[in-house]
Amino acid sequence: MATEATKENVEKVIYDGLVELGTDRAQLSREATLEDLEVDSLDLVELAQIVEDEFGVELRGDDVKDVETVGQVIDLVVSKAG
Amino acid sequence: MTRSVVITGVGAVSPLGVGASALIERWVAGECGIEDGAGRCRDFDPLQTLSKKEARRSDRFAQMAIAAAAEAIEQAGLAERLPGAAHRVGCVIGTGIGGLPSLEENQRKLIERGERAVSPLAVPLMMGNAAAAAVAMRHGLHGPCYGVVSACAAGAHALGDAMRMIRAGDADAVVAGGAEAAITGVASAAFAAMEATSPSGVSRPFDARRDGFVIGEGAGVLVLEERGAALARGATVLAELRGYAATCDGYHLTAPQPEGTEAARAIELALADAGLGPADVDYVNAHGTSTPLNDRSETVALKAALGERAREVPVSSTKSAIGHLLGAAGAVEAIATVEALRRRVAPPTLGWEVPEEGLDLDYVPGAAKPLPEKEGPLVALSNSFGFGGHNAVLCIAA
Repeated sequence: MATEATKENVEKVIYDGLVELGTDRAQLSREATLEDLEVDSLDLVELAQIVEDEFGVELRGDDVKDVETVGQVIDLVVSKAG
Repeated sequence: MTRSVVITGVGAVSPLGVGASALIERWVAGECGIEDGAGRCRDFDPLQTLSKKEARRSDRFAQMAIAAAAEAIEQAGLAERLPGAAHRVGCVIGTGIGGLPSLEENQRKLIERGERAVSPLAVPLMMGNAAAAAVAMRHGLHGPCYGVVSACAAGAHALGDAMRMIRAGDADAVVAGGAEAAITGVASAAFAAMEATSPSGVSRPFDARRDGFVIGEGAGVLVLEERGAALARGATVLAELRGYAATCDGYHLTAPQPEGTEAARAIELALADAGLGPADVDYVNAHGTSTPLNDRSETVALKAALGERAREVPVSSTKSAIGHLLGAAGAVEAIATVEALRRRVAPPTLGWEVPEEGLDLDYVPGAAKPLPEKEGPLVALSNSFGFGGHNAVLCIAA
């Protein structure tokens, strides 16, 4: 059963996922850019897998190609789930 | 005039510990890193050297290579020279199998949870060139860079290739070695199924009771450098990689050719490449796997290649102390050879007690023994042979 994709739930899963991928938790915020966090294309594909497992939302490379901040990733997942 | 290739840095992760010093000092002291029938690197913590992201993106064999390379590059003082001449520094790291733990884990995910559970990192984790790529990326090396795959000869082939690269003028320095982390379910079962590994779990090369090799893991990386370039930047020369040769049995998928004809030819060619002969050899670091077939055919090959000198030279096997590191073996053993020569000592073949007819060389039983002093550097051979009939021999002087 997929977790409900509320803003709070998605934020928690994305934050935990980024930490698991090697990001420092202290650097995380909605405004933090993926570039500053050194989150690259491989990280995004791994993050998409985590999101899909948790919320049943499928993110493809095209979906995230223009995403710049952590907040935009969270909003994208929430809107796709809705 | 042939460019001389010297060794200016060494780094190792082995069952005797992290660092080249742990490897040589503990082996010379007669300590064994094998526990419960395997040579595991229990002391190795990737996060001591790698960032969390680097560690996530590297299979264990590549993690060990990165740690060994960092040690070798630091000793060589190469970091200070980069990135100015980075395009003149290559990287060649061999492996027998590559990222087998990652392959097995993703295969399990595929079967249990389907295609979408397979990690996007699976391919870069398991590819055999991953260690070379990771080391080049970490240190910004832009010369020729690739992996070498030749089973248990891969580490020696990598060093030989690196030496040739420098001699040919394609690079001034090459970070080279081997890495393996294949103590996994599939590999352990497969080696046992072909009766290659030791049922007793004891590595005792050249002893009459030997019953197979003991699987090990680890990495060895050396910095090879053109002598003039090394001296120009004030580097300390540890040893010279003076000769190298490779041949193939072309005989059987796994068994060595019993007369060791092609192994002997590799030894002769490596000596010739070094401009030396049997009388110059002071020590032999044997492949010495502890399998019934290898230790016999290697002994025959040494006698064929070195003649009477074979009976006078100490011959010992690092595998008695760490097990068989497969694709890392040739590189880790080259490091052990360099350090043994520098210390003027022949480390022992641990566990050797019972002689077998025909296996009558000086296998350095019991304890390390001093190498005879002579004018100029001492000379050693380091043999590596692999499934597929691959023979690679290095000639090292220090």
